[in-house]
Amino acid sequence: MIKNKINYSQRQYVIGSIFILVAIILLIKLFIIQIVDDSYKHSSENNTLRYVTQYPQRGKIYDRNGKLLVYNDAVYDLMIIPSQAKNIDTSSFCKLLNINNSTYNTYFQKAKKYSSITPSIFISQITKEEYGRIAEMLYHYPGFYFQTRSIRQYPMPIAAHTLGSIGEVTKPEMERDAYYKLGDYIGKSGIEKYYEKELRGKKGIKITVVDVHNREKERYMGGAFDTLPEPGSDIILGLDADLQTYGEYLMAGKTGSIVAIEPSTGQILAMVSSPTFDPNDLVGRGRGARYNELLNDPDKPLINRAISGTYPPGSTFKMINGLVSLESGVMTANTPYPCSGPNSSPIKCTHHHGSPVRLYDAIENSCNPYFWQAFQAMMNSHRFKDQKEAFQFWYDNVTSFGLGRACESDIPFTVSGNIPKREYYDKIYRGVWNALTIRSLSIGQGEILVTPLQLANVAAAIGNEGYFIEPHYVKNLGGASDSVIFGKHVINIKQRHFKDVKKGMQSVFEGEHGTARMSYIPGITVGGKTGTAENPHGLDHSIFMAFAPVDNPQIAIAVVVENAGFGSTWAAPIASLMIEKYIRGEITRPYLEKRVLTTNSAQ
Amino acid sequence: MRSKTFIGKIDIWLFVIYLALVTIGLLSIYAAAFNADHPHIWDFSQNYGKQLVFIGVSMLVGFVILLIDATVFNAFAYVIYGLSLLSLLLVLVIGSKISGSTSWIQLGPISFQPSEFAKFGTALALAHYLGKLDTDLTKFKTKLTAYGIVFLPMLLILAQGDAGSASVFIIFLFVLYREGMGGRILIIGLVAATLFILSLCVSKWYVMIGLAVIYAIFLLMIDRTKKNVWLLTGILIAACAFVFSVDFAFHHVLKPHQQTRINIILGKEHDIRGVGYNLNQSMIAIGSGGFSGKGYLHGTMTKYNFVPEQHTDFIFCTVGEESGFIGCFFLIALYLALMLRIIHLAERQRSPFSRIYGYGIACIFFFHFAINIGMTIGLVPVIGIPLPFLSYGGSSLMFFSMMIFVFLKQDANRMNIL
Repeated sequence: MIKNKINYSQRQYVIGSIFILVAIILLIKLFIIQIVDDSYKHSSENNTLRYVTQYPQRGKIYDRNGKLLVYNDAVYDLMIIPSQAKNIDTSSFCKLLNINNSTYNTYFQKAKKYSSITPSIFISQITKEEYGRIAEMLYHYPGFYFQTRSIRQYPMPIAAHTLGSIGEVTKPEMERDAYYKLGDYIGKSGIEKYYEKELRGKKGIKITVVDVHNREKERYMGGAFDTLPEPGSDIILGLDADLQTYGEYLMAGKTGSIVAIEPSTGQILAMVSSPTFDPNDLVGRGRGARYNELLNDPDKPLINRAISGTYPPGSTFKMINGLVSLESGVMTANTPYPCSGPNSSPIKCTHHHGSPVRLYDAIENSCNPYFWQAFQAMMNSHRFKDQKEAFQFWYDNVTSFGLGRACESDIPFTVSGNIPKREYYDKIYRGVWNALTIRSLSIGQGEILVTPLQLANVAAAIGNEGYFIEPHYVKNLGGASDSVIFGKHVINIKQRHFKDVKKGMQSVFEGEHGTARMSYIPGITVGGKTGTAENPHGLDHSIFMAFAPVDNPQIAIAVVVENAGFGSTWAAPIASLMIEKYIRGEITRPYLEKRVLTTNSAQ
Repeated sequence: MRSKTFIGKIDIWLFVIYLALVTIGLLSIYAAAFNADHPHIWDFSQNYGKQLVFIGVSMLVGFVILLIDATVFNAFAYVIYGLSLLSLLLVLVIGSKISGSTSWIQLGPISFQPSEFAKFGTALALAHYLGKLDTDLTKFKTKLTAYGIVFLPMLLILAQGDAGSASVFIIFLFVLYREGMGGRILIIGLVAATLFILSLCVSKWYVMIGLAVIYAIFLLMIDRTKKNVWLLTGILIAACAFVFSVDFAFHHVLKPHQQTRINIILGKEHDIRGVGYNLNQSMIAIGSGGFSGKGYLHGTMTKYNFVPEQHTDFIFCTVGEESGFIGCFFLIALYLALMLRIIHLAERQRSPFSRIYGYGIACIFFFHFAINIGMTIGLVPVIGIPLPFLSYGGSSLMFFSMMIFVFLKQDANRMNIL
């Protein structure tokens, strides 16, 4: 035997007593709440409680100057609790609701399938007039009641793509977030989708005692368990409603897009995608039908071309190439390169100007041979081990402008475009390639693809002389000042190079040969660049990017007009009108506006 | 000599209590989750149909346990314990998240909760360790090992974010007490619990001022030998450290919803609309049952889904509402009978393993019983642990059943131990 194995068996009584003591404590508490205290009992068995969801006001959306863009209007949903809907006189009820018997059965089965004891929507969004008529008679039909809801209204028919729309939740959405119940609304696209959590607020609940005749008798326990709905936060966008309206006006009848950014903040001032639609179309009971109509429209108005259309940037890309070559140290702004006009090799020049040319003239005249030679010099620079390392230098600098990647902010569904990687060329040329092989890159053609949003951002970065704020929609969330901060990106290229490039871009408007001299705005300095994107499927796309005023840019803009030929013909005048509208608030050149509006771009 | 078959040897009282609890559970889940479109209890698309399957599988596993050799569980205690720890580690890697904690492993259509397994494994391992003839609980090293066996799974469960399930392991202190750990452990536990609640109720600085005052008083009263002064100072420092760590744990380890639950119980927050809403609904359901209840399937609170999670953690509401105080009294008596019967049987075991294991499971049942019922009537914070045999859920029913059947087998075999 081991001596210290003392028998502790009397301790079973201590443990047993604790068990009994706890059981007695539980019973005492039960005795109190079940027998002594009356406050937990509730009224007669025949009464049932009805939980009516109190929907919060969805947050309103304003533009940067406080103009209302989106608000709410009341409609009524007819609710049903299938297990309580007994002994319904279907024929009279159908007459009251203006539906036929089989529709009634379909709706009833749908509600029952969801749940027979939790309420669901029987008919949604009944207007105020109909509501009055039906509500009067509703006491005949137990299990049915009304619930107030709000729908979105748009005082101005603009910015449909940016604002987005709300729609009924789908099953997967309900599974992802328990907040949503069948028939609830959720942001489906644009601002409504990204800021769903802020906009939606918090649902409240009103509990009422309902008697067997479907009459609401009283608040349950005096409303002690009711919760008030909390309205969603209002959102102030960086958008300028006037500029947006004007942009949509200018683009009417054309296919393409405009993106305007405030360079100092990265806020979107206007985002136009044409053709567009009236946001009021996607509201209310007709939403489904209208949505399908838009979906099947051959012009694809639902697509937001500003963020998902990709185009070869063409000559608008020359500034970036110029900047990279300057930064690599192989040349300065004053280094001359010869141009033999249409006889140049391997890339022809499409403009007529003197030779040799320096950076400013090259930008002003959009000289292809200059940028090919600058690109070639950079690729052959002794600074790099080989051409592949030089290409990597080019790639790193180009992508630092936000190209080749999707936008990392509150703009949903942006596409990344394309900046080719060194691995890509290694693969398609089996490792053997050099500056000559990829010469198209020097003039913004080849594999490069950008979105109008990215292009506007490049304009902002050049205007800012070396940095940009990730482009975003929102200016202010829920009243707190500047509560949303998006990333600042600094580009690793010296500021003096940006100054040189800006000087060239200014002469695009002001120079004697400037490709946008027709769009010159008296009294406002503008830096810009035309572009023509080769389109294998039809006529070329007209592209323009600009910022103004040159010294302290307030607006950076990109315009793309599809199948419209040269950048100088269409995109440049539209950009210049937008700039004038934003900075000056009025248009001083009605002839230019008239030309843009009345002459159809090539179809 | 009794019947030779194992059926004849098992303790019929314990078995009957078990059957009664499982049956009450099934009927309560049927009432709580009743769906008028699927009125049959064997409709396997509904929770009650599924629970019926869980009961069938548990019984089958129980039957197999009764057939195999009784000594297996002692011999393989560490293996089972090891497997349960492994499954706890696994859940941290591949677990799926359900209501804030990562405590489930999804295997095709079956989801499995390793923390339930761990309770069973820990009861076996602790019994095996303490049951060895050379184990001496007065030795420091032995104590440390025993604590280690208990706290290792507890920490792993805490890492899943499931503080409720982790708290169950505290109850093994009772087992250690029964096996000869100084009675001080219970007193320390009690003092710790008091300090715990105090430091949540009032600022930790007040608690420490209080401790300092008590320290000063004791210092004046006792014989101030060097040893006593050091001891008292040590206790003061330990107590202050405890208060600090409680405060830290409350604000940094507990999730906001758990903090709120505790605050409501302590009366620091009156939130009858948020978390308090569940509790109030639960108390209304139980309170409205009155003396004799509203009758089976006639609970209005139950019928209209007013109490969230009613078929799982709040199953006691159904009993309270539909069968009233009478039913609650009967159910509590039944649980008490279960626990006391297990203790009674445990005391008659010849093998220390069987005895300690019996205490282990009795204490687990006790903790679940006290905390679960306590939370539905507002005596303790809302901690999401199931009511044994009644709450809906395959993992918990399976392992609670295995605990019972393993003990029944040990008891039936007790005469064969020399």
